[in-house]
Amino acid sequence: MLQSNRETYGKTLLSLGEEQPDIVVLGGDLNKSTVVNLFAQRFPDRFFDFGPAEQNIVSAAVGFASCGKIPFVSTFAAFGTGRAYDQLRVGVAQGGLNVKLVLTHAGITVGEDGMSAQAIEDIALISAMPGFTVVVPADSFETEWAVRAAALMDGPVYIRLSRGATPVVHSGTETAFQIGKAEVIRDGNDATIIACGVMVSIAQQAANMLSAQGVDTRIVNMHTLAPIDSDAIISAARETGVIITAEEHFVRGGLNSIVSQELSARYPTPVEMVALDSYGESGKPDQLIEKYGLGAGKVVEAVQRGIGRKVG
Amino acid sequence: MTEATPERVDELARHLRRQVLKTISGSSSGHPGGSLSATEILIALYFRIMSHDPENPKWQDRDRFILSKGHCTPILYSVLSECGYFPSEELSTFRTINSRLQGHAHTMVPGVDASTGSLGQGLSIGLGMALAGRLENKDYKTYVLLGDGECDEGQIWEAAMAASHYKVGNLIAIIDRNRIQNDRFTSEAMEIEPLADKWLAFGWKVVQADGHDVADLCGAIGSSVPNRDMPLVVIANTTKGKGVSFMENNPDFHGRAPNRQELADALAELTA
Repeated sequence: MLQSNRETYGKTLLSLGEEQPDIVVLGGDLNKSTVVNLFAQRFPDRFFDFGPAEQNIVSAAVGFASCGKIPFVSTFAAFGTGRAYDQLRVGVAQGGLNVKLVLTHAGITVGEDGMSAQAIEDIALISAMPGFTVVVPADSFETEWAVRAAALMDGPVYIRLSRGATPVVHSGTETAFQIGKAEVIRDGNDATIIACGVMVSIAQQAANMLSAQGVDTRIVNMHTLAPIDSDAIISAARETGVIITAEEHFVRGGLNSIVSQELSARYPTPVEMVALDSYGESGKPDQLIEKYGLGAGKVVEAVQRGIGRKVG
Repeated sequence: MTEATPERVDELARHLRRQVLKTISGSSSGHPGGSLSATEILIALYFRIMSHDPENPKWQDRDRFILSKGHCTPILYSVLSECGYFPSEELSTFRTINSRLQGHAHTMVPGVDASTGSLGQGLSIGLGMALAGRLENKDYKTYVLLGDGECDEGQIWEAAMAASHYKVGNLIAIIDRNRIQNDRFTSEAMEIEPLADKWLAFGWKVVQADGHDVADLCGAIGSSVPNRDMPLVVIANTTKGKGVSFMENNPDFHGRAPNRQELADALAELTA
């Protein structure tokens, strides 16, 4: 089953708007695409469209937050991170302010709009700022849980959402979601795939393919990249002996970098990676996934390579 | 200060200018020129215009002030300590290790409403504060001090456009028009004239003031009252380095601390 995470975001925000009167929403002329138009229609006084002026949007959010409001900033991930980076850095992160950055259209699965709209550096940019929480939900259920958790916690949060509908990997009855606490979404003993976002469902396909070959693969859904659940990484490394990271992001500064850093410091372990090594191009999302090496087949190959490197 | 005579305002200004220079000398680091040019602007705001409470810096109904030209902390900190937000003895720790008094404005300092230091962000922050206040039906106003060189930043004009679009009458920008930026005169680095016309074109009410005349500044800043649906910008015409003969209109003192002899000479001028 496929569900749109940005639609879930829009509906969750609408519901939160009723529950938390301090929430205000700031958009940048992409409000139908980010689906914050639902909030705008219901709460016109608490919605502010500043046009495509991302620097102004983020700094205005700083002003709202410093007056006790809970501003949600939503535009495309490419614009809301890089275009407003200094404002996020000095205003939001250094001020430690309660700004929620929920950006859609992240990664190459943006598709036809091409590389300028495909954020593949956003996790690196945001996780490079001390104090920022970074969450990459794996599906629609997790999107709702993450948005609700972000609204309740104090401090800056980035939630990364994709454009397209993505496979649902949860049943909806899970109650354990917690920012900063990884989820073992499939048990296994031969290798561990640590994945985030859309790559969790692709990892599931890979694990099924590997299962047919007799390989028993664990999958850890690392929905929170900052703060990182270091213990979950170390447990998986101890118990399965090899880690494969899978992310729809540039290979540097994202999940692989963060996981490798934890492992090298605490429990050196062979690591293989599935990630982007270049900018994308225009095309259909599934074509881009295949061409840029993020498909289930590539994950299978990475797991096989990793198992070949296991020590002992 | 409510019944302050012009003489007492002059004495306060001289005192604050001495504090600015001594503050900078403590760490041999800081920005004297734009602090000296903004002295009367901050006097007008903190001692005449703004509702604020040094005993309760986070008072929700207070007027807000944002030092968007965030490098001019020597005058901001001198004024805040004079108001009683923190002891004046702390000024000597400015820009030194383990001090709250960061080189550029940070909210860790009592009375500082916004962290700044990267130019161009303060007007947008003020816009958010002003809109938040309107949403809560609060009467407070948000004052943002901009540098004239800072107006080179594109974000200023994003905020200017949005403030008039949203008819934010409780937002007041004051431009310290001292005509010098970091490297040289604004007319050489980046011509910003016709400045008033630019703000008018962006939908703001524009008032000019003598930036070293507190009464004139108070009149100009107060002129926002009948225009509740229109943001106001006061172009405060000032002299960079005002009050110290060899610093006045001298780009060299934008970001350079005076040496020992220069400090002594400056303090002598400000004491006479």
